[in-house]
Amino acid sequence: MAEFRLIVNGQPKQVDVAADTPLLWVLRDTLNMTGTKYGCGIAQCGACTVHLDGEATRSCVTTVDTVGARKITTIEGLSPDRSHPLQQAWIAEQVPQCGYCQSGMLMTAAELLARKPKPTDADIDASLGGHICRCGTYQRIRRAVHRAAGDEGGGE
Amino acid sequence: MKRRSFVGVSAAAGVGLMVGFRFDELLAQEAAKPAPPNPFEAWIRIDQAGNVTLICGKSEMGQGIHTALTQVLADELEVDWSRVKVEQAPTNPKFYDHGTGGSSSVRTSYLPLRKAAAGARVMLTDSAAAQWGVKPAECRAEHGEIVHVATARKLAYGTLVAAAAKRPLPDLDKLTLKDAKDFRIIGKSIARTDIPAKVDGSARFGLDVRVPGMLFAVIARCPTFGGKVKSFDAAKAKAKPGVRHVLEIPPGPAGTFSGGVVVVVADSSWAAMQGREALSVEWDHGPHAGESNATLRVKFDELTSKPATAFRNDGDALAALAAGGQRLEAVYELPFQAHASMEPLNATVDIKPDRAEAWLATQGPQWGQQLIADVAGLKPEAVTVHTTLMGGGFGRRYAADFILEAAQVSKAIGAPVQVLWTREDDMQHDYYRPAAMHRFSATLDATGQPVAWLDRMSSVSIGRQWDEPGKEKPEGGEIEGAANLPYAIPNLRMEYVDAPSGVPRAWWRSVEHSINGFAVESFIDELAAAAKADPLAFRLQLLREPRQVKSPTDADGRPLDTKRFKACLELAAAKAGWGTAPPAGRARGIACHFSFQSYSAQVAEVSVNNGVPRVHRIVAAIDCGRVINPDGVAAQVESAIVYGLSAALKGAITIKDGQAQQSNFDDFEVLRIDEMPVVEVHLVPSQEPPTGIGEPGLPPVASALGNALFALTGKRLRRLPIVAGDLA
Repeated sequence: MAEFRLIVNGQPKQVDVAADTPLLWVLRDTLNMTGTKYGCGIAQCGACTVHLDGEATRSCVTTVDTVGARKITTIEGLSPDRSHPLQQAWIAEQVPQCGYCQSGMLMTAAELLARKPKPTDADIDASLGGHICRCGTYQRIRRAVHRAAGDEGGGE
Repeated sequence: MKRRSFVGVSAAAGVGLMVGFRFDELLAQEAAKPAPPNPFEAWIRIDQAGNVTLICGKSEMGQGIHTALTQVLADELEVDWSRVKVEQAPTNPKFYDHGTGGSSSVRTSYLPLRKAAAGARVMLTDSAAAQWGVKPAECRAEHGEIVHVATARKLAYGTLVAAAAKRPLPDLDKLTLKDAKDFRIIGKSIARTDIPAKVDGSARFGLDVRVPGMLFAVIARCPTFGGKVKSFDAAKAKAKPGVRHVLEIPPGPAGTFSGGVVVVVADSSWAAMQGREALSVEWDHGPHAGESNATLRVKFDELTSKPATAFRNDGDALAALAAGGQRLEAVYELPFQAHASMEPLNATVDIKPDRAEAWLATQGPQWGQQLIADVAGLKPEAVTVHTTLMGGGFGRRYAADFILEAAQVSKAIGAPVQVLWTREDDMQHDYYRPAAMHRFSATLDATGQPVAWLDRMSSVSIGRQWDEPGKEKPEGGEIEGAANLPYAIPNLRMEYVDAPSGVPRAWWRSVEHSINGFAVESFIDELAAAAKADPLAFRLQLLREPRQVKSPTDADGRPLDTKRFKACLELAAAKAGWGTAPPAGRARGIACHFSFQSYSAQVAEVSVNNGVPRVHRIVAAIDCGRVINPDGVAAQVESAIVYGLSAALKGAITIKDGQAQQSNFDDFEVLRIDEMPVVEVHLVPSQEPPTGIGEPGLPPVASALGNALFALTGKRLRRLPIVAGDLA
């Protein structure tokens, strides 16, 4: 076991865990922040996506000892009050069904919009192609990303 | 027992008015069962502030059921949408059934819920009228108030509940329900109430349950179906930091598929996983270790190549086939399919000496409650079940094997425990959608009209895994969606034989409709092609004049109506531009299927590039009777289409050495956003009672896709999923 100082959603946190523990389980089991989801454990589904210094990162394959001083943002920290344009758009387009994959979808979409404020369908596909939704909400996700980007009528 | 007695009123102090009821269509289906001691499975509660709550056991897994049921209640009760909410009912063994599945929630709840709401409305109206000394007929209910029309006096529901609760419940079968033209909320695309919590991480799924003092467990199961523990060495596992216990659990009761396992219990999920990694277990691989896709195919081939008992036999298909004509033969083959819900299976159980508590992401909380009670040696009443949100269900969460395990572990260690299935566990120990084969023979006459249709089916039956395998007579489900072939063919014969297998299987979105819908709607397309007919026109003329087609196993007795089937096909075709030229390089295919009492037709538009198919557009038409929430219906159809496309285009479970060969999303691929077609959903306007919607969108999609690929390439898709080389 070892001590690690993390900055999660702007808050300093200190955890005492095995150095090879994936950040996902530190968030979920140690810090009790369960918005970040376990889906596959091998970076195939994207449900565990968080930001490290703004970069979308699979927390299931990122061990806690590699985080360093990078600032961690989770779905709980995307906005204080569901006011992020993507969260608003997700509600407006009625995107989630079961909702389990959507934390990760939102975090990757947020990185995309920060990088490219007016993404094309191809940009969205490339960015979110690493995620899986078994409820099949992909079409609504595309519409919601366009809506959050301020595109009228989406990109279809 | 009269239906009236299924409704009751309670006026517990401070509660307000409570009207209990049950979903009586379910009862009709299972009339053979004795009446439960307490017949209520749902309650409407109106409190003294006028807030209305539907307390009901239907689980939310993203299908929007909590929103849809609330809409029905608010409309019939005449309250504003903002005043109504749903509360997940605590599981009570005295309640009839809290199961959520079979696309049944709206279709079985709609009328009982409206009647109960109307009963409450009448009691409130009568109370207000009595207070004013006027006739109830002079009053009306609107926006949560009773209004005396002539004097415009008003009384809010909350002020009336105490008096109303003392009145007798009116005969619900004699009440006048609202006229559909007056609906304000039913039929509107109201935003789903469960969505906001799903965009900020606050929604709590089963795996998010945190209880003081809880431990985390991961389980080593024999990779071979039916195998068990021979011996194990726990030393290295116990040495891992955070590991608390390593223990063996003996096989569970029959029907749960929980073979003997080794459990690692730890302080955290990760520590438990690491402990399992370090464990060494020697397995007894059991009786099914020789099973594989290859052995199963040999079995299917053998079973479908010889005569068997017919479950539908119109005319004399064997004689008609022998008489000649243009003959077609085709074999359709479908694999096992995993559910692969995004939230892997899990259960959190806390067994104490005198009571137990459980937090379950389940479609069947009562089964779980019973299993926990059995393990704990308690009465079910002593087991409190909290049904959580589910990160997908698709039928998998109707089974209770994962609940049984958590109960056994909690009982053994005397602490609350969350049993977590890794993705690998979830995929390798699923109850899979059955594998199946259809062997068809048909003849056409000189004018291209079908004369004979012989369908010899075999599958690994879901029901037979729990009783006698190898029976020729289907239990019922196996032939769903094949038995009620709506096309007018004078000589029809359908046979079924179960193929024994050790692979666990159960309900997967649309169950056997996913198998039979593909086979039947693809082979009818083969007949159309052989007749050189347009696939749509061929189907329409074979549907003939309006008639009802019964299935020998139709549990709820509502037969397929060819008029509605036809209208659904026509709507999908019209919206897809059937008969016009598709964009260059593309072709269209059509299919229609009746399941869960709903009609579902789809047109797929596809292209092929270097042997790789691409689905560009799916135009869907759905007739699910009266629609409660149009956007919710569209979402369910979109979802079913993606689930069905994944099974047609991407992954499957294959068996070797009695084990599932796939273990995660790298070798069990599913459709992702970059392959997502444009999906359009069109609703057939209908005044008929609401019918199923969670599943009916799935069965036509694979055949619409296959039929489109045939139109484009001349190659017929007869085995799912498509693999490289099929279209080369």
